[in-house]
Amino acid sequence: MQAGFATNDLVNGSAPLIQVSGLVKHFGGLRAVDGMSMALRRGEMVGLIGPNGAGKTTLFNLIAGALKPTSGEIRIADIEISDEGPEKRIGRGVGRTFQIPRPFPEMTVLENVLTGAQNQSGERFWMNFVGTGRVAAEERAALEKARALLDFVLLAKLQNEPARVLSGGQRKLLELARILMADPEVVLLDEPAAGVNPTLLEFIIDRVRTLNGQGKTILLIEHNMEMVARLCGRVVVMAAGKLLTEGTPAEVSRHPAVVSAYLGGVA
Amino acid sequence: MILDLMAYGAFFLTMALTYAIICLGLNVQWGQTGLFNVGIAGFVAIGAYVSALLTTPDAPGRFGGFDMPIAIGWLGGALATGFATFLVGALTIRLRADYLAIATFGVAVAVQLCVLNLEPVTGGPFGISFIPRPFASVAGNPSLFSALNLAVLAAIVILLYLALERLARSPWGRVLRAIREDETAALALGKNAVRLRLQAFAIGGAIMGLAGATQAHFIGFIAPDNYMPTLTFQVWAMLIVGGSGNNRGAILGAVVVWGIWAVSASAVSTVFPTEQQARAASLQIVMIGAALCAILLLRPRGILGEVRMFHRVGPATGNDQPPDPPVNEPLHAEKP
Repeated sequence: MQAGFATNDLVNGSAPLIQVSGLVKHFGGLRAVDGMSMALRRGEMVGLIGPNGAGKTTLFNLIAGALKPTSGEIRIADIEISDEGPEKRIGRGVGRTFQIPRPFPEMTVLENVLTGAQNQSGERFWMNFVGTGRVAAEERAALEKARALLDFVLLAKLQNEPARVLSGGQRKLLELARILMADPEVVLLDEPAAGVNPTLLEFIIDRVRTLNGQGKTILLIEHNMEMVARLCGRVVVMAAGKLLTEGTPAEVSRHPAVVSAYLGGVA
Repeated sequence: MILDLMAYGAFFLTMALTYAIICLGLNVQWGQTGLFNVGIAGFVAIGAYVSALLTTPDAPGRFGGFDMPIAIGWLGGALATGFATFLVGALTIRLRADYLAIATFGVAVAVQLCVLNLEPVTGGPFGISFIPRPFASVAGNPSLFSALNLAVLAAIVILLYLALERLARSPWGRVLRAIREDETAALALGKNAVRLRLQAFAIGGAIMGLAGATQAHFIGFIAPDNYMPTLTFQVWAMLIVGGSGNNRGAILGAVVVWGIWAVSASAVSTVFPTEQQARAASLQIVMIGAALCAILLLRPRGILGEVRMFHRVGPATGNDQPPDPPVNEPLHAEKP
């Protein structure tokens, strides 16, 4: 499949969950993302690959709201949200992890996960004095969910440790649990396998597959092609800020432009 | 003799507790949220002047006073300062820490110059006197007077401590700490960092205003010279010495540093001849600076340090969980 708006027509008549159209992001003279278009359907798991400097993480940051596009459009569930701040994305059902994990280091592992809880009355300071019953009930429910998520990522035993003591791989799992606490419909995973030992990598692959099986839509940036091939039904390839091609893992790995890009021909 | 000592002790503790209130306000802003407020003196001044204007009798040639009850003055001082802090925060809260520090310092200087020059409202350099003192009817009995004032200040500090502890352990406090540790990650979790920081800034400011009001009524007189940058320095020293991020540390730091201040003042008046004492008073700041250095070297997180907020709601799942560590374990506690 050649570059273009290949996924627009794959949605059985409904709008894609995330649709990016003609997205451009300049950093001074650098066009990090240069007219990128892609779509993500509800329930699918898509790999986003490309050589270093292709613009993957910038695209990720644009979709996650951490950067504002220079031009172009981002739609989530057919609502244009290009200029909304990053704190609004969770409300739109989009959660993200970071390439280099960003735990709250001095907070406990459990607190880190609890921070992901949404619509907590107790986050309005006055409710901690006038609505204590409601706050306590929500907090109990949040604790139960947070502990279940820590079980899911095998960090339950470390729940009372400060997050700074976790290894790199454990931090990635903590970030995953933290964002799942918000129960997003779409999870943007930025290199979840980077720097992770093979045993933990298998575990992460299993957890990501489980999440997708539970209905989460997943966009995965990853350099580990084996992981992408095992998890993703569709792969989007970027180079020099543009969509290079998309297709199944087998299709893109054979695509001459992809081979050329990874060998330095395009990027 | 014993009664005199007790009266002095009560007077000393009462003054220390007024600083403890300021320190608790700073702890909300800096200890919990990481907001670098270097304009403390200005916010304390607003509370003091508003309360003085509300509670003093009508004064010819000056706006007010309104002769209201002291409690109304304290409440008004806190609310007015909270509102002023909110306005300052709305303009500056997005600034990086160092720029916020410069902006708040500028606000404090502006407030100090305003109270110095707005003579029809603030009394200008002469300040406002005859501010009603709580329990003034027993002022003839210094011991009882001091003890009652101390009881009132202690009650305020205890109530504030309990309220702030509740907030620190609440989801609101948790999100504030998350924003302080990594704002980008907190934003990605849907937390409105600007709104929460602004709330913390205004709450901290209101507490500082309350402290200014109580101090004004305890002393009975206020003037612009009371609100110089030295006050800001003292309060910062108190919080760092006691333990930033720890409400108990904020109170302890206020008592310790105020103790150093009082002892050094006494030493200066004893050691130096009268004509040298004004100049020698600078040694008080030197002593606080030395104490600050010693604390930073020996206990970088302060005497008590920040506590980790463990959750005590409900049991952990599974049978193989390690036992919960003790609540309020200092962050710098060594693992067994």
